[in-house]
Amino acid sequence: MNAERLFSKLPPFLVEALTALGLIVVPFVLPYLDFAPNTVNRILVWGLFGIGFDILFGYTGLLSFGQSALYGTGGFVAAYLLTQAGFPHVITALMIGMIVAAVVGYLVGLIALRRTGIYFAMITVAIAEIFYFVEFNPLAEWTGGENGLPGVPTPSLNLGFATLNFTSGWSLYPFLAFCYFIGIVIALRIVRSPVGAVLRAIRENPLRAAAVGHNIHGYKLTAFVIAAAYAGLAGGLLGVLQAFMPPEAFTFDTSGQLVIQTAIGGRGTLFGPLLGAAVWLFLRDFLQATMGLGASWKLVLGIVFVLLVFFLRQGIIGGVRDLYRFVRGKAATPVEPKEESPVPGLTAEQEQKAAEAEVARQRAAAPMPARHPARSRLTGPILQTTGLSKHYGGLVANADINFAVKQGEVRGIIGPNGAGKTTFFKMLTCEVHPSAGKITFEGRDITGMSVTDVCQLGLTKSYQVNQLFNRLTVRENLTIAALAELRGKFRLDLLARLTKIRGLSEQVQHTLELVNLAGRADTPVSQLAYGEKRRLEVGLALASSPSLLLLDEPLAGMSPRERVETVKLLKSISQGRTMIIVDHDMASLFELAERITMLHEGRVLVEGTPDEIKRNADVQEAYLGGVHEVVHA
Amino acid sequence: MITWPNFLSQLFNGLALGALLALISSGLTIIYGTLGVLNLAHGAMFMLGGYAGYVAFEATGSFIVAVIAGALFVGIVGVVMERVIIRHFYGRPHEDQLLVTFGLAICFVEIVRFFFSSLSKTVPPPSLFSGITSLGVMFYPTYRLAVVGIVAVALLVLFLVLYRTRLGMIVRAGIEDSTMVDSLGINVDRVFMLVFGIGAMAAGFAGIVNAPVVSLTPDMGESILVQTFVVVVIGGVGSFPGAVLGGLIAGEIISLTSMVNPSYAYVMLFAAMTLVLMVRPHGLLGTRGRE
Repeated sequence: MNAERLFSKLPPFLVEALTALGLIVVPFVLPYLDFAPNTVNRILVWGLFGIGFDILFGYTGLLSFGQSALYGTGGFVAAYLLTQAGFPHVITALMIGMIVAAVVGYLVGLIALRRTGIYFAMITVAIAEIFYFVEFNPLAEWTGGENGLPGVPTPSLNLGFATLNFTSGWSLYPFLAFCYFIGIVIALRIVRSPVGAVLRAIRENPLRAAAVGHNIHGYKLTAFVIAAAYAGLAGGLLGVLQAFMPPEAFTFDTSGQLVIQTAIGGRGTLFGPLLGAAVWLFLRDFLQATMGLGASWKLVLGIVFVLLVFFLRQGIIGGVRDLYRFVRGKAATPVEPKEESPVPGLTAEQEQKAAEAEVARQRAAAPMPARHPARSRLTGPILQTTGLSKHYGGLVANADINFAVKQGEVRGIIGPNGAGKTTFFKMLTCEVHPSAGKITFEGRDITGMSVTDVCQLGLTKSYQVNQLFNRLTVRENLTIAALAELRGKFRLDLLARLTKIRGLSEQVQHTLELVNLAGRADTPVSQLAYGEKRRLEVGLALASSPSLLLLDEPLAGMSPRERVETVKLLKSISQGRTMIIVDHDMASLFELAERITMLHEGRVLVEGTPDEIKRNADVQEAYLGGVHEVVHA
Repeated sequence: MITWPNFLSQLFNGLALGALLALISSGLTIIYGTLGVLNLAHGAMFMLGGYAGYVAFEATGSFIVAVIAGALFVGIVGVVMERVIIRHFYGRPHEDQLLVTFGLAICFVEIVRFFFSSLSKTVPPPSLFSGITSLGVMFYPTYRLAVVGIVAVALLVLFLVLYRTRLGMIVRAGIEDSTMVDSLGINVDRVFMLVFGIGAMAAGFAGIVNAPVVSLTPDMGESILVQTFVVVVIGGVGSFPGAVLGGLIAGEIISLTSMVNPSYAYVMLFAAMTLVLMVRPHGLLGTRGRE
């Protein structure tokens, strides 16, 4: 039951088949474990409710405490149709309830997703509370207020030759189990689809997910609507299960119970909420009845929950998974990365020479073409800024920068700390919007555009501080970046298979080889050495095959050996691509760049070939002689 | 029917509720602003303050003792909670912090339910403020007027702590840029503990001061927590003036809408929050420091 990884090594449909088998076996086994049929049915409803929530929380990282609003909405719409409006068909009513919940979810999401993190959690709590009050008072005429809606009928299915009636207990079980099965099959498709990949990326690093070209707001809203649809259906099934739609469905306790069950079972697993619900309901029955604790069983639950969050953050399924890995890890010792192997006693210089020799032996991966080869015939500069300025209050970070880079050029940018290089770069990628001035990229005015749109046009950046998707593997990281180019910034291919996307695996594989990480493709980022992370950082920018690549201090913090490797890497990717590099390593930059621009105190000081820069008195002045060392090295 | 006296008395109700919300929200917001932890057990702190005060009142019969006991007890609970649990969560994701404080809230509520049952408890107002006062056009419960005064004093004390002491300066700096404060060599560990204690104390103090107005139940903190969230969203996370402004706005919205139709009070509150989110996503007086 591992739905965590994007690229599953399991045979196709194994999880689905096991789920079906499990659901079929349950009525024959659980009665022996003292599970009442109604408890099992309830677990299924909570489990189904939780599938959607897990996509929102476990996969996208959005913790909502307001799911009760959507659960109640779906439930009351279906119950109203069946009890008050005289609607005859139960399954259709459930579908309508689900759709209404999804639509409401869309509207709620529009508001709640204006903010992230704790703001999002607070807003969802507030919204859910409003729904509760609205159900109780203004809408009491339709919802029965505090009495709820009694008399919700159970479904029956006319198969032509026979009619299946699902009533209660084990007789209702097949219907609920079928709903759950369909729910899990769809959810498995979603989390393995390109959308599922982007959702994980948003959980891990929303800023980078946007920077590689995904419309993260759209995808978050998608996850919210998916969760709402699951909640709506589950709410409707609750009414069917109890033959009564209780107003308690709308309470904060409902949302809280869902959150707790998901955290207990294990988030990001899809099956966690089902397991969590089983634990919750079993604990309740056991502590209340068998142990005679009465109402204070919740205290035990609270303590168990706190301990669980403390020690077993990925819940029961996560704990079992870690244990399994631990046991297996002991059996087969993992291969250590042989990244850092400095021979003691060697000077930096000797080491660098040795590294150069080794790098020279390695086969050079063919450079990956930049996209839009047609546009490479575009005349004039690929990027141009006029009068670009940025003020922070009275502080001038950049003033009146006129800057142009030719098609296919490699440009270096240097300048002492505080010269405004990073602000300048952020303006070029539209992370920061200029106070004045204009930026044109490939002849198009991009001033004021979003990072995502600019990346979609083919301009992206590798960051000074690594911005990776940490809990994902190297391959998954690059897949996410490549998807942005192959699918555009937003597409709802919820049921598509990643493996079916044309060109994806080739592009990812190519990038892997280019940044020399092919051997580490299935390693999680958190286990990479620093140099490897640095190369992946460049790889993320490369995987969307940009026509203009900005590199913010790609060599920072690297060992001499890593520097040599990276310079070689940068040289190879610069073929057929325009690059702008900011770095403090002058020697490397002079080797790489055709022209150098020097920024000083927020302005362009000089611009010229590396040789001109080396000889320039102003540059030497600005660096207070710092250049000499590098020049003579 | 809406009459002048009715309107005025609702205006005062709004002021009393608003002042109370302002105090509770200030506690929540300085904890979040400084520590980066949204305390979902903050409503439970409010409830605990009420119950601790109730116990002290039953034992001594003195309202003053009850207020001091309520505030101090919750302050201590806050410090212990921070030392034992919360500090292990500073480095963990927001979701984990939310989950653990949510779990703690359940524990607090259930412990109180265990000892005091679900039945409501009442604390009478002190004799000094009992009865009603004539405000010219109308009569108004004296204690509710006193609540406004008491809470105003508490807010002033909090203001002085935040704006006139070294600790307050560190707290405000931490809200602006927590990384910078860390790197300045300030003993953030001790500051965090104090801030958590003070924030919890604000909620506990509000809990016991409010006890004569509404009866105590174990889950009374929940709706207060929700209102506090709205206040913080309206005012801006991490902003003390924002919490005060947001509290007063929320209090008046709830009271004045209740005058027309009580069932729409929350709807209007929500509408106000949505409006603020649309126009000023960071709240009326919010900073961009914490995200």
